[in-house]
Amino acid sequence: MNIQVIIPLAIFLIAIFAIGFIASKQMSSTGGFLQEYFLGGRELGGFVLAMTMVATYGSASSFLGGPGTAYTVGFGWILLAMTQVVTGYFVLLVLGKKFAILARKYNAVTMIDFLKARYNSPAVAILSAIAIIIFLFSAMTAQWVGGGRLIESLTGLQYTSALFIFAISVLVYVTIGGFRAVALTDAVQGAIMVVGTLILLIGVIIAGGGVPAIMQDLLNENPRLVTPFGADGTLTAAYVSSFWILVGVGVVGLPQMAVRAMSYKSSRAMHRALVIGTIVTGFIMLNMHLIGVFARPVMPGIDVGDKVIPLIALEVLPPWLAGIVLAAPMAAIMSTVDSLLLLVSSAIVKDVYLNFIKPEATEKRVKQISIGVTGILGIIVFLLALQPPDLLIFLNLFAFGGLEAAFIWPIVLGLYWKYGNKYGAILSMITGIASYIAIHFYNTTYGNLLGVHTVTIPVVLSLIAYIIGSLAIQRKAFRF
Amino acid sequence: MPVNQTPPEPYKPDPRFKIAHKEALIGVALAIFNFIWWYGFAYGLGSRPPEEYTYILGLPDWFFYSCVVGFILMSVIVIIITKYVLKEVPLDADPNLDRNADPNVTPKEESPTK
Repeated sequence: MNIQVIIPLAIFLIAIFAIGFIASKQMSSTGGFLQEYFLGGRELGGFVLAMTMVATYGSASSFLGGPGTAYTVGFGWILLAMTQVVTGYFVLLVLGKKFAILARKYNAVTMIDFLKARYNSPAVAILSAIAIIIFLFSAMTAQWVGGGRLIESLTGLQYTSALFIFAISVLVYVTIGGFRAVALTDAVQGAIMVVGTLILLIGVIIAGGGVPAIMQDLLNENPRLVTPFGADGTLTAAYVSSFWILVGVGVVGLPQMAVRAMSYKSSRAMHRALVIGTIVTGFIMLNMHLIGVFARPVMPGIDVGDKVIPLIALEVLPPWLAGIVLAAPMAAIMSTVDSLLLLVSSAIVKDVYLNFIKPEATEKRVKQISIGVTGILGIIVFLLALQPPDLLIFLNLFAFGGLEAAFIWPIVLGLYWKYGNKYGAILSMITGIASYIAIHFYNTTYGNLLGVHTVTIPVVLSLIAYIIGSLAIQRKAFRF
Repeated sequence: MPVNQTPPEPYKPDPRFKIAHKEALIGVALAIFNFIWWYGFAYGLGSRPPEEYTYILGLPDWFFYSCVVGFILMSVIVIIITKYVLKEVPLDADPNLDRNADPNVTPKEESPTK
């Protein structure tokens, strides 16, 4: 498309590679390959911890799908997006120090390690591994499609070649550098997201002639755009509020977030991350979605939601600056994909291979397998993403909700309720996933049950299942 | 959520867990407060007809209070709580390491589970 746009993007990708290599150099220093490759040796400081959480969480939907929907729906969708501010403090506070302490005590490297030790049950481990592999695989594919599409729209390359560039970029540093490389690149990518968001917001406001002028244009077009109820008035309070579960407090149940909550160095790092995470999440979500709404009067008539941000950036900014700004969604997608890739890989290597197939594998063998599995997974996802499914945001949310319904109670009540046991955990996971899938199909056919998002009812049902399962079969207090 | 009470057997829960439990409850309380603030302003003020909205910094009032002020307020509360309420505890595996009070010198734990 434009060489001035491509150059900043290329520089960004090269910088990311550099970080991956530096991190991989450090990897031999602390010993214990698994701990280092999948958890960065539990050495994360506050800033990197906050940024890797924000960046992992902020994905294609925060930078492309979300603002695209805000463009169509108006302020109601920004209100919905702001339910995510809670993730900035909630995940770290609720999993908190107890999770960090127990993870160290059990020597847990993955979330499944923790569950396995807490519930003393291989069945819990294998069920979790299956859930993670299936759901995160679909999430990952959706994100890769997003990454490929973004490069396609920026460079004018064919989708296949665009996807190829994306895949190679991610694979190189994840495969070689492991968690530490992922976390460090996330920190850089998070910083790019903050700066890119701010530049683009200013650009859009200037192009629209100031906030009051933009607001007048919106009111002239459709006054409902500035209400909490959406452009056609169908966004109900119950539906929007149910996103507090899906993208707010329920995020506690996501394995890619939980694993980060066991990776920090000290209490002080966690405290810093709380503050930075809250501010950065709120800043990005508020501003990105404002950009989506403000873009409407500036560039009317965009019908593909995902294209709003790339188009508006190219419209209101000089090309070189647009290149820098568009590195932000790129960064968001890459930082989500890299974490998911590593997590699925850890589920296969650590939780399936080492637990059930070959527990006595040597360090060298584990290293080969880890790198090999990560690489092969990347290639499979690449092949899947070649035939891209539509509606990226919904695929992503499907995976999100399914995992939350499965894991939220086994993790949270496993930490804080001494009577929680493996029967409760297994029942809760099965109930959560099965009811999620059932209600998903019900909702797509008949409209939302009780007017709330799909995730709501499965989360309630899995809570009931957890309590009943734990108390009914064997009532015995667990000693942490 | 029942916090660990004294069990009948001579089993002493890790003293650090008391702090951890309190901080987890703070997280829940913050989220509830956050939700009420967000919901109250959004639907309390936002349910009026759009002609009655006033505009602050160009933004509709319900949105300004619910999302902009709400976000800034939550950030400030988190800063205050982190600074004055949360406690620094060592995180290493051995709960008896009370002497190791400095959180910066967390020793590496590569030993397998005891």
